Amino acid sequence: MKVKVLSRNPDDYVRETKYDIQRVPRNYDPSLHPFEVNREYTRALNATKLERVFAKPFLASLDGHRDGVNCMAKHSTSLSCLLSGSCDGELKIWNLTKRDCVRTLQAHEGFVRGIVVRFCGTSFFTVGDDKTIKQWKMETPMYGEEEEPLNTILGKTVFTGLDHHRQEGVFATCGQQVDIWDEQRSSPIRSFTWGVDSFSSVRFNPVETELLASCASDRSIVLYDMREATPLKKVVMTMRSNTLCWNPMEAYYFTCANEDYNLYTYDMRNLEQPVLVHMDHVSAVLDIDFSPTGKEFVSASFDKTIRIFPKDGGHSREVYHTKRMQHVICVKWSADNKYLLSGSDEMNIRLWKANASEKLGVLTHREREATNYSQKLKEKFQHHPQIKRIARHRHLPKTVFHQSKELRVMREARRRKERNVRKHSKPGSVPVITEREKHVVTVVK
Amino acid sequence: MASARDAPMDSHVENKTESRYWQETHKGEKDDNEKEKNEDQPQQNKSQKSKKRKLDTKLQESKKEKKFVSGKTDPFPGPAPIPKDRVQKFKRKEEKLKSRNKHHKLKRLISQSKEAAKMAQNQAARFDLLLPEDEGFLEGDEGEDTCTISQEDIAEAVDISSSAKYFNLKLSQFGPYRLDYSRTGRHLLLGGKRGHIACLDWQSKQLMCEINVLESVNDVKWLHSESMYAVAQKKWLYIYDSNGIELHCIRKFNDVLRMQFLPYHFLLATVSATSFLQYLDVSVGKEVTAICTKTGRLDVMCQNPYNAIIHLGHANGTVTLWSPNQKEALVKMLCHRGGVRSVSVDKTGTYMVTSGMDKKLKVYDIRAFKPLQSYFLPAGASCLSLSQRGLLSAATGDIVQVYRDVWNTPVTKPYMAHRVRGAVWGLHFCPFEDVLGVGHGDGFTSMLVPGAGEPNFDGLDANPYRSAKQRQEWEVKALLEKIQPELITLDPNKLGEVDKATFEQRHQDRIEALGFDPLAKQKFVPKFKKKGRSSTGSVERRKKQVAHEDQREIIKKTIEQKIRTEKERKEKNHKASDVSRQKSALDRFKK
Repeated sequence: MKVKVLSRNPDDYVRETKYDIQRVPRNYDPSLHPFEVNREYTRALNATKLERVFAKPFLASLDGHRDGVNCMAKHSTSLSCLLSGSCDGELKIWNLTKRDCVRTLQAHEGFVRGIVVRFCGTSFFTVGDDKTIKQWKMETPMYGEEEEPLNTILGKTVFTGLDHHRQEGVFATCGQQVDIWDEQRSSPIRSFTWGVDSFSSVRFNPVETELLASCASDRSIVLYDMREATPLKKVVMTMRSNTLCWNPMEAYYFTCANEDYNLYTYDMRNLEQPVLVHMDHVSAVLDIDFSPTGKEFVSASFDKTIRIFPKDGGHSREVYHTKRMQHVICVKWSADNKYLLSGSDEMNIRLWKANASEKLGVLTHREREATNYSQKLKEKFQHHPQIKRIARHRHLPKTVFHQSKELRVMREARRRKERNVRKHSKPGSVPVITEREKHVVTVVK
Repeated sequence: MASARDAPMDSHVENKTESRYWQETHKGEKDDNEKEKNEDQPQQNKSQKSKKRKLDTKLQESKKEKKFVSGKTDPFPGPAPIPKDRVQKFKRKEEKLKSRNKHHKLKRLISQSKEAAKMAQNQAARFDLLLPEDEGFLEGDEGEDTCTISQEDIAEAVDISSSAKYFNLKLSQFGPYRLDYSRTGRHLLLGGKRGHIACLDWQSKQLMCEINVLESVNDVKWLHSESMYAVAQKKWLYIYDSNGIELHCIRKFNDVLRMQFLPYHFLLATVSATSFLQYLDVSVGKEVTAICTKTGRLDVMCQNPYNAIIHLGHANGTVTLWSPNQKEALVKMLCHRGGVRSVSVDKTGTYMVTSGMDKKLKVYDIRAFKPLQSYFLPAGASCLSLSQRGLLSAATGDIVQVYRDVWNTPVTKPYMAHRVRGAVWGLHFCPFEDVLGVGHGDGFTSMLVPGAGEPNFDGLDANPYRSAKQRQEWEVKALLEKIQPELITLDPNKLGEVDKATFEQRHQDRIEALGFDPLAKQKFVPKFKKKGRSSTGSVERRKKQVAHEDQREIIKKTIEQKIRTEKERKEKNHKASDVSRQKSALDRFKK
């Protein structure tokens, strides 16, 4: 007779001293782990609920401006530094880690229209309603030293926007025309006009650094090459675009914030129709900024909310609002991809988390593992109706909620009408026009 | 295996295969063969070809094997191989045929997830090789049946700690006894018919509590951990803690005869003499459902551990399957002529074993609902229990028989047999141990059944050696991932599949949920118009107009349909005529 009976030595399964961690022998045999899918589903459901519980995106409010915040700029090399300009011509530099103002200067008379930090981070430029461009030192002046600009250029007309080249000492302003300036000269090295009376914003392409794009008041977006004497081409839309932002990772793509409540992502090689229309705002979109990864962007709107859109999604994944935040004029995504900054009408700058439920600070290894695991589970079960409902739910201010409902009804009515017209006319005489095609009037080269 | 692959090839061009240490024997054999063959060939030829071969192999080597800095080559290049059966063990889903017309993003996602799944499968299989314990076994000498080996002999042959697992508790006063092992296999709960209840850590033989409820006890069951258990007493269901303190008396559950605990759902399923099947959620203490089965007294019950479906055996020979979500039985199977005495389902949810009053023992494939084997037991089996590794124990009167592998090949002899001192009342294999607990009229017997238990437990699921702190932590985690009773279905993996409900089905569901059809065409109600234009005549005319329009639509559609079918028919005819023309080879002679 040969016999063997299971007999375990407890020493192999129990820790030796109480100062050790517990031993956890594993066996991954699927038959020992029944209901795998159901348990994972339950975990995913719990993770989704917890995500909503911990979604507290608002971090801080930076107050101190005495008028609405009109423009902001990120520091090009320092994460903790933020510059903001207000409607009374005051400019403030903020330390974001301390959450206080480190420097205040009266930059212009009237609005500060644009701020941009030079790529080296040692100085910055501002433009204002007083028809001047000023260059300032980033360092705080010494005790007894006057707060004076390094350089002041007096322009002929009002400037409305400003952007700096990524690598060279060249910057662009816009107003009645788009001007390219050399830092060393007091007159523009190049001026572009295309039968337009005014421009609202100009942006350099961060990848193809010689390219620029600007939004004009005749509802068009104009593209330029800095090396050429004439503009490249322009697209005319049904409504005016306020600002635009290039995708920092995909050189050809830019997104513009439009007055018709939508944002449009264009491929600059083909302006005939936008690649994507991003809908969700219920009032004019005023500003937009891409995340440094180029996967998402944030938009600020006149409807007192900011929304985060995925670059390839038509609807927002997140909406931020507070009771006190008024019309949001400008918005920035921080360079570490973690925070958002919004400046609004009621003189405050607000600091938000880019990922509402993210835990800030250093994560332990186990914490990170757990969050990664739950993230994966959420992804896996995201299409289940129960989970989808919880993950999608957002509380909206009453006005926004009702307005979006109204807009939906209007859109539906328009669609129905079009359908009826098509039904009662000669087949083929009323073509189907997609949402993307609707908003482009012409492309001029 | 290497030789089989290389056999048809010419002997002198040896394809250099990656050498592995377990292939040494094969290689040796092959070399011998080669030698013999080479001896037959002329010497000259051999030398030439051997040179060539050397060159070839060298070239191949240089291609295949990466050299170290020291000039040595890796004797075992590449990742270590994994046995195929192990990989198969961790396979979750059958790979489906690729369907075309998928979006490119989706395609990439699918291929990524497939790769990840494959990697996980391989890793798990690799880890499986490292598991520390092996299962037990019992082999007789030549001509010796294992069923003749007595428990005393086995207990003598094994080590002390194992032999201590064979013991008898003589409890003749309050028997016969029902029993239950906790999920970790550490704790034993005994319930005597005449009210005696004892729970003990049976390996260290430490008594945790012992009480007499002064009432008849029908069944006992551990709840999710060893701190609580449920007792079905004469009238109502009670819950006690491990110190013997009564926690709850649940009067909604009366005349309970048998109980099952679904550990992942935290549900206690009970069946009663009044033919009710009731589910109690023990995490919140609420009754989930009460189902009137309308089949008389229910005292045969088991659960399917794979999908948490409850199996009930009835006096008319049927076995019915129940989930808490449906008031009707999911499945009714006629299994026996005469009543069903006991039912048991194996761990993987594939096989169901039943025994009946007709003295038969039957094995069913519960996924396909097909009978596999049928055995005749002269005494008939009153109790059945299946172990983790698929051993079946059947109690016939006062003899406990253990069978091995009852579903695949017809079994003629039991694997083991043991006679206890009274009629058997309860039977349970201990999880993660080679032990079978038998409750009978004269107390309790714990017998050794080598090869019954799963040798390697999972520490995060059921750990026999867990500390109090670990148990508490496990309890919190288990409660957090408690599966809702709505998810109990015949196929537990249904939730992970793509919902392929057609639009019509979904639409139908929506109509049912809403109570009306949201897409239905509304009846035309003419607008009220002023200045006398809403006279009856004009209203009727407008109505008629709309009706005509609808009619036109329908007519248009039917005409289009007709034209299409006509066209198709013509094409078909055309093709057919083409084919017929091609077919005849004698066309050229026609005139």
